[in-house]
Amino acid sequence: MAPLADAATDVNTGEQIVFWVTAILSVAGALGMILSRKAVHSALWVALTMVNLAILYVANSAPFLGMVQVVVYTGAVMMLFLFVLMVVGVDSSDSLIETIKGQRLASILLILGIGILLVWGIGNAMVESTSVGLDGANDEHGGNVQGIANLIFTQYLLVFELTSALLITAAMGAMVLAHRERWTARPTQRELSEARFTNGSHPGNLPNPGVYARHNAVDTPALLPDGGISDISVPGPVRARGDERSFDRVDIEEVRAISEGETTMPDGER
Amino acid sequence: MNPENYIILSAVLFTIGALGVLVRRNAIIVFMSVELMLNAANLAFVAFARMNGNLDGQTVAFFVMVVAAAEVVVGLAIIVTIFRTRRSASIDEPNLLKY
Repeated sequence: MAPLADAATDVNTGEQIVFWVTAILSVAGALGMILSRKAVHSALWVALTMVNLAILYVANSAPFLGMVQVVVYTGAVMMLFLFVLMVVGVDSSDSLIETIKGQRLASILLILGIGILLVWGIGNAMVESTSVGLDGANDEHGGNVQGIANLIFTQYLLVFELTSALLITAAMGAMVLAHRERWTARPTQRELSEARFTNGSHPGNLPNPGVYARHNAVDTPALLPDGGISDISVPGPVRARGDERSFDRVDIEEVRAISEGETTMPDGER
Repeated sequence: MNPENYIILSAVLFTIGALGVLVRRNAIIVFMSVELMLNAANLAFVAFARMNGNLDGQTVAFFVMVVAAAEVVVGLAIIVTIFRTRRSASIDEPNLLKY
């Protein structure tokens, strides 16, 4: 085993800077995922963590895995998460009520224990560790991708084949789970159209408000052929506020009389 | 700085992911936390591969990614199916097996 002084030879200053920046960002992303109440925000925080992990892979002389990380995780997996969030409902935020009493405190204590155990244990175990570096292994077959391909298609060939079986099974499983059996016949266009008209709603445009000699604002109701008032010709909010102009039959008569020259317009009204 | 810092970062991320699994109750966020734990393990694999000077660790990390992708597909399909019947994505809701 190499002496302790030689242990840190293959990490240069640039990589240290990259490590600290991406480490802080990825831990921030992970914490943001836990702490944000909305699921969409959590997904975006996780995407940040994944991108930073991709940078860390590249820094660890694993450019192929870095690319796969970007394509698979931030490109496919997180977008799938966002799709499902849209299906399930964006506003499905967590309830903060504890169903099991003291579960949150207990789990935080447990996690603190695990964290201390992992970090302290690793720190102890690695004091005398050495780092060989991957330059030799990457150059052996002409590059990182070639080296991984060499391993996958020779030593790990069986695992690779099993992986294909796993992917097919997963695709089938997802299809079976997402499939919904249709118990009734698909409605035809005619049935859809009839359903639209028979439930009492008004599928077309609503009638315009009335246009008269004195008033043509939207609060003026239109007249029906029988002389009654068409309520739906006035916009709903105006109706709800009670601002619908009360219709005065005397007005109509007066306007008719003026227009036919029977009377003149009274003074003071313009 | 030794590459052991990568291992420690991976331990920290794994711990945060485990905390998310235990504390959060939205099934999708729990799932994201599981993904985070898988990614932390991947980072450890990659860092160990570098420390040992061979590519086996990277190959294993690659297979972990494949398995994680398959797991995400099936898991999200299960979440959507549960949501369809229970109208909820909370992991406290599916308690029918309990009674």
